[in-house]
Amino acid sequence: MGVEILMPALSPTMTEGKLARWLKKEGDAVKSGDVIAEIETDKATMEVEAVDEGTLTKIVVPEGTEGVAVNSPIAELDGGGAGGSKGTAPGQDTAMPQQPAPPAAASPEVGEVAKQAEDYGAVAQRGADRKEGAAKMGEAAAAPEKDWGPTKPMTVREALRDAMALEMRADDKVFLMGEEVAQYQGAYKISQGLLDEFGARRVIDTPITEHGFTGMAVGAAFTGLKPIVEFMTFNFSMQAIDQIINSAAKTLYMSGGQLGCPIVFRGPNGAAARVAAQHSQCYASWYAHVPGLKVVAPWSSADAKGLLRAAIRDPNPVIVLENEILYGHTFDCPTADDFIVPIGKAKVERAGKDVTIVAYSIAVTWAMQAAEELAKQGIEAEVINLRSIRPLDAETIAESVRKTNRLVTVEEGWPYANIGTEIAMQVMEAAFDWLDAPPVRVCGKDVPMPYAANLEKLALPTIPEIVDAVKRVTYK
Amino acid sequence: MAQAAEATGAKRRGKAASAPPMTQDQLLQAYRDMLLIRRFEEKAGQLYGMGLIGGFCHLYIGQEAVVVGMQACLEPGDQVITSYRDHGHMLATGMEARGVMAELTGRAGGYSRGKGGSMHMFSREKGFFGGHGIVGAQVSLGTGLAFANWYRESRNVSLTYFGEGASNQGQVFESFNLAALMKLPVIFIIENNKYGMGTSVERASASRDLSKNGAAWGIPGEQVNGMDVMAVKEAGERATAHCREGRGPYLLEMKTYRYRGHSMSDPAKYRTREEVQKMREQSDPIETARKLLLEGGLDEAALKKIDDEVKAVVQEAADFAQSSPEPDEAELWTDVLVEAR
Repeated sequence: MGVEILMPALSPTMTEGKLARWLKKEGDAVKSGDVIAEIETDKATMEVEAVDEGTLTKIVVPEGTEGVAVNSPIAELDGGGAGGSKGTAPGQDTAMPQQPAPPAAASPEVGEVAKQAEDYGAVAQRGADRKEGAAKMGEAAAAPEKDWGPTKPMTVREALRDAMALEMRADDKVFLMGEEVAQYQGAYKISQGLLDEFGARRVIDTPITEHGFTGMAVGAAFTGLKPIVEFMTFNFSMQAIDQIINSAAKTLYMSGGQLGCPIVFRGPNGAAARVAAQHSQCYASWYAHVPGLKVVAPWSSADAKGLLRAAIRDPNPVIVLENEILYGHTFDCPTADDFIVPIGKAKVERAGKDVTIVAYSIAVTWAMQAAEELAKQGIEAEVINLRSIRPLDAETIAESVRKTNRLVTVEEGWPYANIGTEIAMQVMEAAFDWLDAPPVRVCGKDVPMPYAANLEKLALPTIPEIVDAVKRVTYK
Repeated sequence: MAQAAEATGAKRRGKAASAPPMTQDQLLQAYRDMLLIRRFEEKAGQLYGMGLIGGFCHLYIGQEAVVVGMQACLEPGDQVITSYRDHGHMLATGMEARGVMAELTGRAGGYSRGKGGSMHMFSREKGFFGGHGIVGAQVSLGTGLAFANWYRESRNVSLTYFGEGASNQGQVFESFNLAALMKLPVIFIIENNKYGMGTSVERASASRDLSKNGAAWGIPGEQVNGMDVMAVKEAGERATAHCREGRGPYLLEMKTYRYRGHSMSDPAKYRTREEVQKMREQSDPIETARKLLLEGGLDEAALKKIDDEVKAVVQEAADFAQSSPEPDEAELWTDVLVEAR
């Protein structure tokens, strides 16, 4: 029985083509790899190579024929080739199955490989238990904030350092790398003392080479190590964003759950002071857009310590967006050894009944100040500190809005497609009927950050802007 | 290319006193491994032509000696990482043909359960870390695999493959610097098949000898006849020994050639048919190995038996890749994040 040679598809979109020329004639011997014909598509002329060997017994489609459909027979080959050619001729039986496939089971070898991912503190979650991203409204039940007992005043800087030191003591797989993190003790002194305690193997100064060292850290994480990558500022993470998104965030999915990436990317995000456009940008929207990443933005010392510990322990890539101005601020922070803040849980920093103000990072400071101002005017604002950007604790926000019926979001990021946009949309979806006014976003102005002191001030959200926004949604 | 190829080949044969880099048995195994890659890729090309494989599909035909020769130098725990022209690397590390082929057809039985495709497959068990679609990204990642070996104080080595096209990417040079600075056990393997898509190396790289691209960082490099599995093995042994001794990275420029286009939809008009034909006739790695085996006393019947076995493996893989079901629809939502234990 001969083998049919079929009109090949030469690109993902090709449906037909012209058989331009035969390079073999009937009776010719054909070896695997021989060019037997030329085919013209709308884009180019391509060569067709033989896959099987044998003798060309019949040319079905003469050269010069136009509009030859993909997968139609163009020639026949006798089956004299070694090993036979069973199944190389695609009959009707080779069409892609159109019926829904039976329940998928990983092939045995894949299952076995997946089992060997023992370095991970987790297994890939599968099945139908998550229909959509966990950020969807109405899934998580709001649990009360746990009481962690005694606290002591501590700067955000110290809290971040302590979080890293605690996790590095607990797990040898955790290490810190970045520019100036070791001998210099950190460009912002976040890693002060870590080199002394953990040595040069685990606190690693890198050259100024974000793309390269980020890729290196991601590769190390693929093997089960748990790198903490410090970006001197998140502005520089753009040099490395391909590795963060294409390598760190997507590989678990692309590998069918085999290869996770337990890594933390951290550093100051957003505007510092008077450092102009290239050093004053908020990356919350950028990274929150990406499935496969988690994004947190601590405000207080407790947030910083608890969230960073959670991020280091998380088996997924986590972006920790810190704020340079907050580094020196002091907050009370729980002293308990096991203190941790779960990712995905917002905190109500101030209770109120008249309006919900949602903020993250340094915008929480502004929201709290605005709330005090508003209280003097008889308006009680509820301030929600997001803590996590992705997954978003949408339920806590919705619950608050169902009580206050009004929503204002505050952040320093640009307005277009920012986090406030996402929150407003999710509130529409979950609590539209409870809203008594359209939500209002207070955010950074839609311009690159200017240098001049007065212009910089104008570019960022202000307390009066927040107060005005609240008055708009409360019709006061 | 031919010049350099002859140069290394002559150098190898010139060392008459030392033992050949492969025994007859090892060469036979290499022949089988190369043939499996060749037949697998031919079949993949065929399935693509039938519309069973979609999207991008970059075939490795012609370059088989590179991965097979290098793989022969590895120890358990060593890692392999490469670009999107990756089917040959997977098969060389011992990943099963059926799992790779079923991934190409986007089926549940594929290594990534149909979610990765041609460019994205992985096997922790076999030390294969992908399969990466962004040109040059795997070079930093592969340096990270070597970093992990350094961190764990193991003697393992990371084989980091990339094309001569990728060799111009900035992060490749960043990786050279990091690896040399930290003395990481990584072998940078440039598979110079002469064309980055349709652009010849002469038109893309001012460097005329890519093996010297690491020289600024003191990374030793050599050009190797990548069409000769023995020459590859010999150079690979030097490189792995260098890395295992803690002496830092090593660079191998494999002079090789791909017979097929960059991807399936490449008409390959940037080179002549004669150029391809000449390479196939004069430097084919499988034919070369076959001749050596026959000279070494093996008979045609034994080789025919291997051919038949390889064909059967590939046919079984193709059948599996068509009979394995498409992934369950619930798979859309799995493996986005790992759930904490």
